Amino acid sequence: MSAAPESRAFAESAGPAAAWVTPRVEGPPAPDPMLPSSYRVSAKTQELADTWTLELEPEAGAIEAYAPGQFGMLYAFGVGEVPISVSSLGADERIVHTVRAVGATTKAICAAEPGDRLGVRGPFGTDWPLAGAEGGDLVLLAGGIGLAPLRPAVEAAIANRDRYGKVSLLYGARSPEELLFTEQFDLWRESGIEVETTVDGAPAGWDGRVGLVTTLIAPAEFDPAKTTALVCGPEVMMRFCAAALEERGVERERIQVSLERNMKCAIGHCGHCQLAHRFVCKDGPVFELERIQTLLGIREL
Amino acid sequence: MQRIEDLVREVPAFAGLSEDQFALIAGCGRNQVFEPGEQLMREGDAADVFYAIRSGSVAMEIFAPQRGAITVETIGPGDLLGWSWLVPPYRVHLDARAMEETHAISFDAACLRGKCEDDPALGYELMKRFVPVIVARLAATRVRLLDVYGHVGSA
Repeated sequence: MSAAPESRAFAESAGPAAAWVTPRVEGPPAPDPMLPSSYRVSAKTQELADTWTLELEPEAGAIEAYAPGQFGMLYAFGVGEVPISVSSLGADERIVHTVRAVGATTKAICAAEPGDRLGVRGPFGTDWPLAGAEGGDLVLLAGGIGLAPLRPAVEAAIANRDRYGKVSLLYGARSPEELLFTEQFDLWRESGIEVETTVDGAPAGWDGRVGLVTTLIAPAEFDPAKTTALVCGPEVMMRFCAAALEERGVERERIQVSLERNMKCAIGHCGHCQLAHRFVCKDGPVFELERIQTLLGIREL
Repeated sequence: MQRIEDLVREVPAFAGLSEDQFALIAGCGRNQVFEPGEQLMREGDAADVFYAIRSGSVAMEIFAPQRGAITVETIGPGDLLGWSWLVPPYRVHLDARAMEETHAISFDAACLRGKCEDDPALGYELMKRFVPVIVARLAATRVRLLDVYGHVGSA
């Protein structure tokens, strides 16, 4: 399909007065979700060769607090805007994002130094269903940079540790140098989280596991019958993890995946992140696997 | 001290074997403990042994000149180690080294090969248990070849 009829259909369906500009009769005006709030970098940590964590503090009004799994649109002024998941539950209106410098915009964001200004829109999208997992076991499966969107779920599980049975973080990365947040693993273990890691390949001298992240699923201690699994990583990795989780006996309805698509407006209008009848920005990024699996199997999407 | 037959029954891959088959396989098995760093197998050796890992972990390595021993995969409790004993010329392809204290049942594969030749039903049962291990490791290795973590969007 060419782009032109699609955009015409969008223009017609959106109408002359789209929801976010509809005037309100009473009460304060609704905040414009397309207008970024101004933040300044308050702290910056290099995590990997190409990955930094930025802590941002609002200059004037703060955005609403993120729930684990949600994302924001980070704006490097004059360069571009990209969707980035929240990577830690910040305190005092501060927000934390972990960004991998792979393109012009993410490179500009990663180049921001303490004191520099970035725009933030959010929070957007669905969150990890942590409340729904209470009373059972929780398995967090992360691949590569996919640990960043799961870290707030780890923090939330630690904060409410008594609400869950076993909590396991199973994490795979390309190599030992590309494992994120390793300095926090001991603290997480002391807080009652099982943390297991594996890498796809390692140089001589590495004494940890080598193998696909799926190999961590069989030996992990959890009761499949009452387990909720949260999966975040490249789509191929999530597909294989979902298959391994199902093989272990985890119900498909209790497997949640976080999808990464090309979000632009983040509010379900522009259609860049459309996946058949769903928008990843609005209906996701966290989806129940059961609701999305047939779509993931369609290669054209 | 547990009897070797009881230990063999605990090996997940052997679930569902008949009583006679358990007894027969157990007859080829013995309990072994490996210290950290100790080798279980060495590339090029005659493949006359395979292992069922009970505890600990084992690194499968390929030695590369100027790079040293590269770990290509690690395995742990419940896993089977070694399938070269099933296919001629019965030579070990990789080094296997205990990464920590490792308890394993080692099986006299040369003895089992003979028994499988004499008893095709047993041979087929063992094949049905080794082939899924091989298939799963091959599938996982293929995904690792994709280098999925290396490819991300470019925004």
